[in-house]
Amino acid sequence: MQRIESFFDEIFGAAANPWRHLGALGFYFLWIALATGIYLFIVLDTGIEEIHASIEYYTHEQWWLGGIVRSLHRYAADGLVLVMLLHILREFLYGRFHGFRWYSWITGVPTLWLVYASGIGGYWLVWDQLGLFSAIASAEWFDWLPIFNTPATRNFLPGVLTDRFFTLLVFLHIGIPLLLLLALWVHIQRVSQSDVFPARSLALGTLAMLLVLALAKPTVSHGKADLTMFSPVLHIDWYYLFIHPLMYATSPGGLWAIAGALTLLLLILPLLPHPRQGPVAVVDPPNCNGCRRCFVDCPYGAITMLPHPDKPGHELARVHPELCASCGICAGACPSSTPFRSMDKLVTGIDMPQQPVGALRAEMERKIAALRGQVKIAVFGCECAAASSRLESGDTAVLNLMCSGLLPPSFVEYALRGGADGVLVTGCREGSCAYRFGTRWTEERLNGRREPHLRPSVPAERLRLDWADRHEMSHLKATLDDFRQHLQTLGADEKRPRAYTPRRIVQHG
Amino acid sequence: MVSKSPTNPLVMVAQALFYGLFAVIIGYFSTSPDYHHLDPDTALIKLSFSTQAEPAGECRERTPEELAKLAPNMRAAKTCPRERSPIRVSIDLDGKHLFEGVAPPSGLSKDGPSTLYRRFEVPAGEHTLSVKMNDNVRIADFNHVREEKMTLKPAQILVIDLRKDRGGIFFE
Repeated sequence: MQRIESFFDEIFGAAANPWRHLGALGFYFLWIALATGIYLFIVLDTGIEEIHASIEYYTHEQWWLGGIVRSLHRYAADGLVLVMLLHILREFLYGRFHGFRWYSWITGVPTLWLVYASGIGGYWLVWDQLGLFSAIASAEWFDWLPIFNTPATRNFLPGVLTDRFFTLLVFLHIGIPLLLLLALWVHIQRVSQSDVFPARSLALGTLAMLLVLALAKPTVSHGKADLTMFSPVLHIDWYYLFIHPLMYATSPGGLWAIAGALTLLLLILPLLPHPRQGPVAVVDPPNCNGCRRCFVDCPYGAITMLPHPDKPGHELARVHPELCASCGICAGACPSSTPFRSMDKLVTGIDMPQQPVGALRAEMERKIAALRGQVKIAVFGCECAAASSRLESGDTAVLNLMCSGLLPPSFVEYALRGGADGVLVTGCREGSCAYRFGTRWTEERLNGRREPHLRPSVPAERLRLDWADRHEMSHLKATLDDFRQHLQTLGADEKRPRAYTPRRIVQHG
Repeated sequence: MVSKSPTNPLVMVAQALFYGLFAVIIGYFSTSPDYHHLDPDTALIKLSFSTQAEPAGECRERTPEELAKLAPNMRAAKTCPRERSPIRVSIDLDGKHLFEGVAPPSGLSKDGPSTLYRRFEVPAGEHTLSVKMNDNVRIADFNHVREEKMTLKPAQILVIDLRKDRGGIFFE
């Protein structure tokens, strides 16, 4: 999966890579379907005799507007199913359905049903032979359940249907997508800065693609629905209507069993055995100044701010354990995480028990002090990305972080002042971060675009960022070799930060 | 490796190719492959009814003692059992047995309508259709019978219904 995504990065760029933004693309298709649906609703005549004719009119007579809008509506709805299924597959393959992610996974399941209910109802509205087929097949499916006093299929006998049926259909075809929007809102509640609109280039490219498709293959109807005849051959939309052939190939009960089993499987996935999540972030009130940086940077909204109990007028971060991903991005955001603090035992405002900032400083001091060679390099790696620990050698110290976002930027300067000639920071590719924003926040902090930022006095030529996923180890090695050669050419130049903590180097040396 | 610049012609061509592939996948499965629902030389017979059958027992006159025990506004002279009869159905096509079944009354007290829905694919052409139903357990034989010669066109749907307000069994 990562190889495919990396390949698409080369073509679209990480920010507009459709594989990395399937959720946003799904929202985008929904926005298009909703916007085009407003126009179609305005021009639709919901009389039983008129509905098909009104759709035929704007499909053929007004093809340059109504026809294109109808095709956009249809293809956007199809695209929504396609990217939704890919989104589910991608999250499943990455194992993103358990632990703190259970909520997003579980709340995504009802949206599946709502997408299908919205789409299938749309086919009925066209009231052609395909719509009639779908309506009868759906009614036969639901009649299997003992919920209707009179079978729903009897609504489609000659002489039974009235205009009111289509009024009800329109109501459902508007109401269910609104319910879908509500379900999606619930679905994204536990992620901050939700990706509900793709990058501009991806949005424009997708819209252009839909327009070309609408012009090249306009959506057309089957013949008008006739309750006394069936259509032996149907050009069905397999994205939505595959359930009908599946039902006729099995049985209504069989289809309920398949749909129920799949739904149940999706719902119990988070309950199946999975790797245990590490300890969650812990706040140390005396060292928290209420700056809100952890609150802003947390990718999962697991931190809220409360009035500080000991410092009037100040706030204190509070971690919600059930929401915390144990990524450590908050520790990297905390200004108290600077290693330049003189205390022997470095305690920061918010920290990870399994990889405290104080222990990271001690490990860095020890490893840098042990380096030998012409150039000494400190590498800050990420456990989720390419295995940076394999880069460790006599002249290269590697500090493997839970997430690159855990790295407080001041650690880079501290490493340079502590004896390293250069610092290589690596982690997952943009958009590939297991914790969403680790790569992005780290890059922005080190480039001075996000607080806490790396001080401008740190020479840029002694810092290199290189993002590499698990399968890109050879690329990372090549980057390190190139960086080593680059540092050799720099030598001991004037701009190199002077040693700041000789006491510690002596201590560990 | 090509430059990632969006103005790089290679990048633009590659993007166009993938957008095109995306469009082809969406467009193709939107209408294809065709689904052959039924054989074009067949017709469809649908048996569909939802109707209340006759009471399962006889109505009787209440005794004066029973009437005296009732509230004045409830003193109806006749009382009937609440439970309804199941509806038995038998269908023959061209002298061959096509279907036989029973539709029980719905509801916890078995006082609701009996419903049944079945579909049968039959070859188009001339047929003799014989439908028999019984909606009264107190009658041993079928009390609704209809037999008709008919020509079913290809792809025609024929509905068999039971509507007492329309004379019992009717074909539509």
